[in-house]
Amino acid sequence: MAYERKFKIGKPILEVNNISLSFGGVKAITDTSFNVLEHEVRAIIGPNGAGKSSMLNCINGIYKPQQGTVSFKGQQIQNITPNVMAQMGLSRTFQNLALFKRMSVLDNILVGRKLHTKTNFLEVALQLPKVKKEEKLNRDRSEEIISFLEIEDIKDTPVGKLPYGLQKKVELGRALATDSSIILLDEPMAGMNVEEKRDMCRFILKVNDELGTTMVLIEHDMGVVMDISDRVVVLDYGKVIGDGTPDEVRSNQKVIDAYLGVEH
Amino acid sequence: MKPVFMTYTKKDLINLAVCMFLSVLIIPTFITTEYWYTSILIPWLCLALATIGQQIVMGYTGQLALGAAGFMAAGAFAMFNLILRVPDLGFVGSLIVSGLIAAAFGILFGLPSLKVRGIYLMVATLASQFFIIWMIDKFGWFKNYDSSGIITAQDIVIMGKPFTTPLAMYFVCLAVTTVLTLLAMNMARGSTGRNWMAVRDMDIAAESMGVSLLRTKVQAFAISAFYCGVAGALFAFCYLKSLEPVAFDIKLSFKILFMCILGGLGTINGAFIGAAFILLFPVLLNAIGNNVFHGAIDATIISSIEQVIFGGLMIIFMIYEPLGMAKLWENIKITIKSKLSSSNIESLKTSKLKK
Repeated sequence: MAYERKFKIGKPILEVNNISLSFGGVKAITDTSFNVLEHEVRAIIGPNGAGKSSMLNCINGIYKPQQGTVSFKGQQIQNITPNVMAQMGLSRTFQNLALFKRMSVLDNILVGRKLHTKTNFLEVALQLPKVKKEEKLNRDRSEEIISFLEIEDIKDTPVGKLPYGLQKKVELGRALATDSSIILLDEPMAGMNVEEKRDMCRFILKVNDELGTTMVLIEHDMGVVMDISDRVVVLDYGKVIGDGTPDEVRSNQKVIDAYLGVEH
Repeated sequence: MKPVFMTYTKKDLINLAVCMFLSVLIIPTFITTEYWYTSILIPWLCLALATIGQQIVMGYTGQLALGAAGFMAAGAFAMFNLILRVPDLGFVGSLIVSGLIAAAFGILFGLPSLKVRGIYLMVATLASQFFIIWMIDKFGWFKNYDSSGIITAQDIVIMGKPFTTPLAMYFVCLAVTTVLTLLAMNMARGSTGRNWMAVRDMDIAAESMGVSLLRTKVQAFAISAFYCGVAGALFAFCYLKSLEPVAFDIKLSFKILFMCILGGLGTINGAFIGAAFILLFPVLLNAIGNNVFHGAIDATIISSIEQVIFGGLMIIFMIYEPLGMAKLWENIKITIKSKLSSSNIESLKTSKLKK
């Protein structure tokens, strides 16, 4: 890329070391290690069932890997739970959409502001001045994100009534609202048409560029992945078979074999 | 819509003003029969308050809990003992403390929600219903060793003034209900309510946003039990005027559950609508039975028919408007508005044509 980045790619912010995860006898991930550098766009690719989503779930604490460690911001995390990771500044979206369906778009994004809400329920019930102040700050930030994602016209619609592409956008918005330093995106462009994909790419790059947020994404569309990511890690059968810049990965024989099939 | 005062929009303030005008001025002026206060308005306010409690845990936080009457019993008997043993606390103080005692039970019986969900949680929370009633029955201390089984509730005295007439008791219930409803609305609309609903709609995503499932669920159970406890105390002191564990049996829990579902899950006004419907409908059917058939049909048959019609309506309602009467009311308002605006447009058209 020719242009100057506002946020230079830095040291590793997230390190996954020798993770192994199995469900009963089925091995989903075997001894996998890779890292994510600060401010980069990192893609995880691989055929179906390669263990990509399981990987994200391990990082985020939804699954507990049998072996291996996750280090975040230079700290090895014991006892990973989604809550702990959120508090440390890691946010995510989900493959099959995990929005709060009966709540409006604005309310969904406001939930993303949870960690910036310090008032307790009693103060909220009594509507103390500090609650109003905090609520206003959170609302202003959420409105900013809504206009950034260009979804102002649907902000009061219940999310369950929106088409798929828009829901994906709202989910990105909710993750952004946390002001996390790293966001994991699980197939942010699945099921989208070309235009929606282009939009989503634009948003991902814009967030990375303007806020310096580190992005980790799982994606199937190879064209998209190669265009927007700085580095790519390729998983197949729960193992890393390639890791490097898009060009390096593209010319990696193992990756080509995994994607195109190989004669035995 | 932009909030004008605190979290309330102009529309909310108008609604509040209308409700207050009706309940404080119109009702006391025009309704003079005691029957209306003692048998309809007071139980309505008490049960609506308990239904708000049920709404918080079930409608907002999505935890299927059944045992509101147990918490009501805890509140009622706590109130009795507090007035008896700690008279310095005063009526309002006792009411708050009995709510807090019920809330402690709420926390205890809300803990299973961390492990089980859905219909299984419903069964687990039933424990509160049976345990609290059993405890009150088993240990005579709670009833002050009264052998008759039914204890008369003490008179309500606030700041040295007795509140014993039906109208005075109505105002006590109204004041408590109004304050707690406003607090519930503030919570439901604020960050607290958003956390509840996030847990209800998608708990794993809520957790990934930093919402603690443990804290949110336990908090919802505690607040819910607080509301039920206060409602139970009012129910015993203003409506029943006596205390007996049987009054808080599982039937009452089911009644509150129906009020919650029928009124509309996840709405505060639905609590009032649902409570009114379930309380008033039998009265209405009874009145129709008496006035149309003039005693030609036996009273027992009428009461059975009442049950049949009631059950039938409930089923029809659940099929055609599962979001409850609050939603129905909303739809009616929207229809009327669109009718009005379309007739406006037509009149505009005709006026333009005339020109």
